[in-house]
Amino acid sequence: MTISIDPQKTNNESLQPKGWLRYFSFSLDHKVIGIQYLVCGFLFYLIGGTLASAIRIELASPMSDFMPRDVYNQVLTLHGTIMIFLWIVPVVNGAFGNYLIPFYVGARDMAFPRLNAVAFWLIPPSGLMLVASYFVEGAAQAGWTAYPPLSITTPQSGQIIWILSVLLLGGSSIFGGINFIATIIKLRRPGLKLMQLPMYCWAMLGTSLLVVLSTPVLAGTLILLSFDIIANTGFFNPVLGGNVVVYQHLFWFYSHPAVYIMVLPAFGLVSEILPVHARKPLFGYTTMVFSIMGIVVLGLVVWAHHMFTSGTPPWMRLFFTIATAFIAVPTGIKFFNWVATLWGGRISINSAMLFSCGFIINFVFGGITGVALAQVPFDIHVHDTYFVVAHFHYIVYGGTVFIIFSSIYHWFPKVTGKMLNEKFGILHFIITFIGFNLCFAPQHWLGLNGMPRRVAEYDPQFQFVNQISSLGALLMAISTIPFLINVFLSVRNGKDAGDNPWNALTPEWLTSSPPPVENWEGEAPLVEEPYGYGKEISEQK
Amino acid sequence: MLNKNIYLILIFSFIFAISFWIGFNVNLLPAEASINAPIYDELFKILFIIGLIIFIGMTIAVIYSLFKFRKKNDQIGDGIALEGNLSLEIVWTIIPSIIVLLIGLYSYNIYDRMGGMKELNHNHEMMSSNTEKIWAGISQTSDNEIAINNLPIEVSAMQFAFLFNYPKGNFISGELHVPVDQKISMKMESKDVIHAFWVPEFRIKQDIIPGQPTILNFTPTKVGKYPIICAELCGPYHGGMRASIIVEEESDYNEWFNKNKKPEVNL
Repeated sequence: MTISIDPQKTNNESLQPKGWLRYFSFSLDHKVIGIQYLVCGFLFYLIGGTLASAIRIELASPMSDFMPRDVYNQVLTLHGTIMIFLWIVPVVNGAFGNYLIPFYVGARDMAFPRLNAVAFWLIPPSGLMLVASYFVEGAAQAGWTAYPPLSITTPQSGQIIWILSVLLLGGSSIFGGINFIATIIKLRRPGLKLMQLPMYCWAMLGTSLLVVLSTPVLAGTLILLSFDIIANTGFFNPVLGGNVVVYQHLFWFYSHPAVYIMVLPAFGLVSEILPVHARKPLFGYTTMVFSIMGIVVLGLVVWAHHMFTSGTPPWMRLFFTIATAFIAVPTGIKFFNWVATLWGGRISINSAMLFSCGFIINFVFGGITGVALAQVPFDIHVHDTYFVVAHFHYIVYGGTVFIIFSSIYHWFPKVTGKMLNEKFGILHFIITFIGFNLCFAPQHWLGLNGMPRRVAEYDPQFQFVNQISSLGALLMAISTIPFLINVFLSVRNGKDAGDNPWNALTPEWLTSSPPPVENWEGEAPLVEEPYGYGKEISEQK
Repeated sequence: MLNKNIYLILIFSFIFAISFWIGFNVNLLPAEASINAPIYDELFKILFIIGLIIFIGMTIAVIYSLFKFRKKNDQIGDGIALEGNLSLEIVWTIIPSIIVLLIGLYSYNIYDRMGGMKELNHNHEMMSSNTEKIWAGISQTSDNEIAINNLPIEVSAMQFAFLFNYPKGNFISGELHVPVDQKISMKMESKDVIHAFWVPEFRIKQDIIPGQPTILNFTPTKVGKYPIICAELCGPYHGGMRASIIVEEESDYNEWFNKNKKPEVNL
């Protein structure tokens, strides 16, 4: 049959479960799929967070005394894999992308609703498989990077299940990427120009290009690695003449862009949130678009900065230093533009706003350490140490996860028609912000002074600083409690939100909350100025 | 308008002053014990100060905006409809570009001073054949200088130990002994998985790769005992994979060397 974009034909309503049961069905509604991504991702976030707590408990003392050493390596491998492939990537792309993109382009659904549902339903089984591999023969224990020959010599079943799981998740990601590109390019409402799209569309277009260009490389690499493990081939096995550094090149060719797959959508989301709560147009729309595309292009040619100590020729080190450092320029433009968006606004200080501002501060910090890490001589000392651990948590947690929470506070009224409680929200922000910085800021010092990453035991002189870090982790764990209470209370008896509680101008708010199955009663509105705050258009509201 | 500019200048001088003060007075790094270390610390200090200026500036800008432009209870309507400012955007594209470029050139200079830009792909006595390709870590010395030095050390790494082979003395040690103020050259290879050789006090690190020898050169400058740490995940006991490097006066080193030296055995 032909693929139809009209959900009335594809979604035979009489066969679809109603109410909350539809979230457990093979729904083709982009809004249902978006929520499925979000809730599924959040459950894996709780698992990954539990693993992180286990790591911090182990590191509260210098000896390896909380869990066996090989289990510790399994825990850190699962923590990294789950947080990246099952929480951040599916949520910032799949959840918010699916929910918002069709609204933003003025469509009634994604371009390929069935592919969309398949992409989501690949995630729960591969995630469960990954977690369950612990009970087979132990999960993978070579880190989320799975560098051979370690990944070839550790117990095979865990590593093979890990590869299968990441392959499925990568497939899901590619399906999603193709779907977003097709939707943004082809399903735009007549009359809507590309340069009128909300910034999140541009972020998702850039991200999806990266997904489609780089994820297949990871898939190919992992297939070769699995051949090395089960069929005794010698692609990366030095005993058979393979080259272990080739794996690192191939792996990072995906996994550096993966960082942008995790942060570019967050850049898009914060560009939607700030103008609404600051009551000002997004500052510098055009430069924002070009800087996203600049990050996409540069992001593809910087991968070897993960390998400065692996043994690369000097000219290559130099090239990747300059290319990496230059990513700071388009990224910096975005941050200056966001601050300029706040400047002179009428800012409502609410949970969404606070998490977005927390994001700016954390990410600037992570970006500065990132520019430092790009410099070869700097990196050689701190590579593979806790300095790097701190740096990337500032990017993916202090950056992206803060924006995920900000987005939940911002779009919760859209999805449920109810408001989240602000007092709980601000409490959640304060505990998260303090806990996060307490956990990760001291780790910079640890790395500079001689604590390598991925260790279960360390020099006793680092004990005090590690305990501060563990205390921060405890606060981060506690911070989810007010959030969960808030969500459960508000879904049941939250304050009624009305259709557009923030008086926002982006298209998803120009329909009822929660939206009808086909997004709009009647035709989709043409929104030529999604950020037209302070103009006549919003005076009328 | 004049008043505003004065405030701006005051704020900027405050940010610069506090950043320089922190940069020069807060030491985040361990002891300096090799030629590389002071060079590294110079780069670190510069990056630290630039980073502080940007971070403190951005944080102040965000927090100031939140307070200054907070919506008051009696206010209705939106903020000003300012959609951009081309000259401002050009400024904050060009200034970061220049800063980043300067940092890049400066770190290139640092890297060159550390010896990182020297090609080590020539043959010298440590290599088994002329065609063997060796990847270099940081190098501080030319091959000829190494050749006259009697200290080629062969490092083998395995789960979960380092072994240091002194071919000139025909013995293997579990501790790395080196004389102070001399150029040391090591050829490193792994027997199983990837490891890394890291001495934080020397600010050097180089992966030790199976099937692909790597070279690491350095010059220790301070007598003492420093940890050698494996920095690449290598298995369950990775955290325990440590050794010591003992930097000693040349006479002490020679004494140690002669004590351990074994006569060549020809079978």
